[in-house]
Amino acid sequence: MHLTIDGRRVEARDGATVLEAARGAGIRIPTLCHDPKLKPWGGCRLCIVEVQGMRGFPASCVTKAAEGMVVRTSTEAVTRLRRSVFEMILADHPLDCLTCRANQRCELQAVAATIGVTGQRLRPSERQPVRDDSNPFFLRDLRLCIMCARCVRACQELRCVGAIDVASRGYESRIAVFGDLPIGESSCESCGECVDVCPTGALWAKTETVLPTREVRTTCPYCGCGCGLVLGTEGGRIVSVVGDITNPSSHGSLCVKGRFGLDFVGSPDRLRKPLVRKQKGGKLEEAEWDEALDLVASRLRGIREAHGPDAIAGLSSAKTTNEENYLFQKMMRGAVGTNNVDHCARLCHASTVAGLAKSFGSGAMTNSMDELADADCIFVIGSNTTEAHPIVALRIKDAVHRGAKLVVADPRRIDLVRLSALHLRQRSGTDVALVNAMMHVIIAEGLANRTFVDAHTEGFAELADSVKAATPELAAGITGVPADDIRAAARLYAGAARASIVYSMGITQHTTGTDNVLTLANLSMLAGQIGRPSTGVNPLRGQNNVQGACDVGALPNVFPGYQPVADEAARRKFEAAWGVKLPAAPGLTVVEVLHAAEEGKIKALYILGENVALSDPNSTRARRALENAEFLVVQDIFMSETAEYADVVLPASCFAEKDGTFTNTERRVQRVRKALDPPGEAREDWRIICEISGRMGLAMPYTHPSEVMDELARLTPAYGGISFARIEDRGLQWPCRTPEDPGTGYLHQDGAFTRGAGKFHPTPFREPAELPDAEYPYLLTTGRLLEQFHTGTMTRRTAGLEKLAGPAPFEINPDDAARDGIADGDMVALTTRRGTVTARAEVTERSPKGTLFMPFHFKEAAANVLTNDALDPVAKIPEFKVCAVRLGPHGPGSG
Amino acid sequence: MKKRGGERRKPDERLVAIFARHRGVRSELIPLLQEVQGELGYLSPDSMREVARFLRMPESVIFGVATFYAQFYLTKQGRHKIKVCQGTACHVRGGAAILQAITRKLGIEAGQTAEDGEFSLERVACVGSCALAPVVVTDDKVHGAMTPAKTERLVDSLRKPGSHPK
Repeated sequence: MHLTIDGRRVEARDGATVLEAARGAGIRIPTLCHDPKLKPWGGCRLCIVEVQGMRGFPASCVTKAAEGMVVRTSTEAVTRLRRSVFEMILADHPLDCLTCRANQRCELQAVAATIGVTGQRLRPSERQPVRDDSNPFFLRDLRLCIMCARCVRACQELRCVGAIDVASRGYESRIAVFGDLPIGESSCESCGECVDVCPTGALWAKTETVLPTREVRTTCPYCGCGCGLVLGTEGGRIVSVVGDITNPSSHGSLCVKGRFGLDFVGSPDRLRKPLVRKQKGGKLEEAEWDEALDLVASRLRGIREAHGPDAIAGLSSAKTTNEENYLFQKMMRGAVGTNNVDHCARLCHASTVAGLAKSFGSGAMTNSMDELADADCIFVIGSNTTEAHPIVALRIKDAVHRGAKLVVADPRRIDLVRLSALHLRQRSGTDVALVNAMMHVIIAEGLANRTFVDAHTEGFAELADSVKAATPELAAGITGVPADDIRAAARLYAGAARASIVYSMGITQHTTGTDNVLTLANLSMLAGQIGRPSTGVNPLRGQNNVQGACDVGALPNVFPGYQPVADEAARRKFEAAWGVKLPAAPGLTVVEVLHAAEEGKIKALYILGENVALSDPNSTRARRALENAEFLVVQDIFMSETAEYADVVLPASCFAEKDGTFTNTERRVQRVRKALDPPGEAREDWRIICEISGRMGLAMPYTHPSEVMDELARLTPAYGGISFARIEDRGLQWPCRTPEDPGTGYLHQDGAFTRGAGKFHPTPFREPAELPDAEYPYLLTTGRLLEQFHTGTMTRRTAGLEKLAGPAPFEINPDDAARDGIADGDMVALTTRRGTVTARAEVTERSPKGTLFMPFHFKEAAANVLTNDALDPVAKIPEFKVCAVRLGPHGPGSG
Repeated sequence: MKKRGGERRKPDERLVAIFARHRGVRSELIPLLQEVQGELGYLSPDSMREVARFLRMPESVIFGVATFYAQFYLTKQGRHKIKVCQGTACHVRGGAAILQAITRKLGIEAGQTAEDGEFSLERVACVGSCALAPVVVTDDKVHGAMTPAKTERLVDSLRKPGSHPK
């Protein structure tokens, strides 16, 4: 499409606005309310232009460009009018630019410079000069507000939160929280999107006091969303964090943790020097690197000689890079000689890896994050997406805005419920019964996609047989979900043109975790909702690099690329590549390793950046295992609860201090870049692993992580086409097999499953391992809060996050609280068969009657003292989501 | 500490009755607010929160709409509402003096409610009865050709028992 702007012939894409067309041609039109992330609004009226044949002065941001249009952007009339409009905007804006925090970064300043306004002559508005300091991370200074409403639109359009809106009208209009309350008392999630879009200093990150001298694009270290960050540094510290608008997974959005929760990087508690415990029971003392590394190597060699290599186990880390995980498993297998290597994926998605591999042949999110926005139905089960995967939740919200039907199956009334068409409140641990009944309905009502089933799957007859008796009425009795709601959910899911399943730990962390996953895979194949865009089975991965840690072989049964260690050919391939003999027997999983250590079968443990003392179920037992180990090495950035048991502590580097890659939940391999040097003598993890491996007899002479990626790519077919050079600007989604392969947005295209035909697995319903009884009458389930992450080693070092999250809570339904005489804020003892902790009661209808919810972030009220370490028989994942608990004595909280 | 949503509220039965007549869709917002105000006399913060919950809309948006329209009151109103017109016709015939007199008599400014809860005073910019200017409206009754003295007597008469509307 072509149009003429200011006498120039300009090309524009179809659907472009006049403003976009002009900008594309390098013609500048001033605006203040426009932001490329937001829908055009036409509020500030600065971008007015003249269009031949059109009356008046249309705002170019809301005027669609058309073929042959003749536009003039700076006629005398336009300029005069624009100046008047700008004078109105400026009427009550302070002119103390030099002392303003936004000086040099203010769009109002820039527009003033182009328009050439010098004074104020109009009547100011009657807004109160509100200065709202109630949010720990940003300041609202409404003196500086120009009412462009970008913040309001970001909050409503992009985040679907709506904490603020324009209140009142005319001279009194203002951006307000409900009831003109401080923003700290609103539904604000502190994501900072409003701060990012504010053109002036009205919304400002409190930490951002100086201009960064250097900016580095990298990937967020928190959850599996894999958001792009731009870290601004100055003087050896991070001074600004902005969402990377070019990132294909996050498109510039961040959550409160990614944007404001990076204080841990510069924390004074960071480990700076190696620590060694000279004798059992003695204190950890500072040591030189060589001393510490030699000690690790000699003790590991000694234990191997005395008890064999399988007396040693290594726990790798989903927080470290792909390259580091690759080297860690290479060291354990090649230098130590054992397959006892696992990591925290065992505790989150082992059942996904096991289940989806059985059904489809590939255990990862089948589709991409962006595709969710185009789904017509989204079935979210066992995922508190808004809090645990905030950026994935944005795409779900986009879909709802588009008119998609959202079905939420969760015992708790999680945030997404307010957008849902249907909320199924199943009793914790009854997911299989629920989904089986949905399949019963789909088959009974003829909603199954028989064409897809016949062409691409096997085992349908067995499945149909197994759900014949699973009527919605029967399931209603087990799950507590009304039969008609189950029918409605089945119809919405199977009837949609494109339906996606999204799940997370509510599905996986059960003794029936693998069954739960299998049954969801069954559901998707039965309805033919897989193998196309915006469909699929989408497990959301918990850690920034838990997908990658699995991909590169930090698992006891597989080499990189899920090539089984028991497979002769695979073993020979890696033996040839690494030049060592490799063990054939699969190793132990995380919880098995700890149980074996408790029994004395595992003598030495090398733990890389994991905090098993808090993160593992029945943590009293986990701590006993750590105590019992003859030799414990912990490599971490902080003195974690686990490191306190160590014989050697190696100070490592965090994400901001090294180069490498993370693989996010949508299988996208993205760059992590070094922005700072590690503190003190701390070293990059990959360098430490290379040193120890060399001392154990397998030399690792790498000089940069990119060389590790090259080796990894040669040995891992799905990563075959990935190199640092290719992902410099934009990460690639695996499988990416050759240097020309553009990567893969969705798996199992058109029913071509990785394993050939998709396989149905009948999954009869089984109850959880431990259910409430007379002695322990409540069901306890665990999860996350938006403002904290895992065991809190990172988030709890940001004071603002602590302030927002508050002291360790547990949720109890008002009816239960009333019966037990518990008031909101009371400190209550919770006891299971494994231990007791005391936490603050939060009386809320979010949790259903009979169920208590507790986040696992708080060491002073460690949920995992209570949880059950019963395992799923296939995936060996523990049942974090269900155990029986009773409430003990309670008293008023200290506030 | 951030307030987490979902705490228990006992919804006002009067609101429950109003909601029962609606479907809970966005387009019902203004009629709903009008009915709620008709029932409660004003829009209390709790009632707006309940409306937000019922319509599944952000509370801030309800607040934005409620503060946009002059017809909605966010504070408790007096038993009698007195509106003094300051439109053009009333203005030229002495509306300002009437407003001044009543302000003095009630001890409140326009936009306020007297402490005893008896009266709310409002200045309006035309009630469409210009032929009767200057006018004062008490509750829904228009009084024409007013003077400061007549207005004071009018206020006294409203104080009498039995003069409350419905």
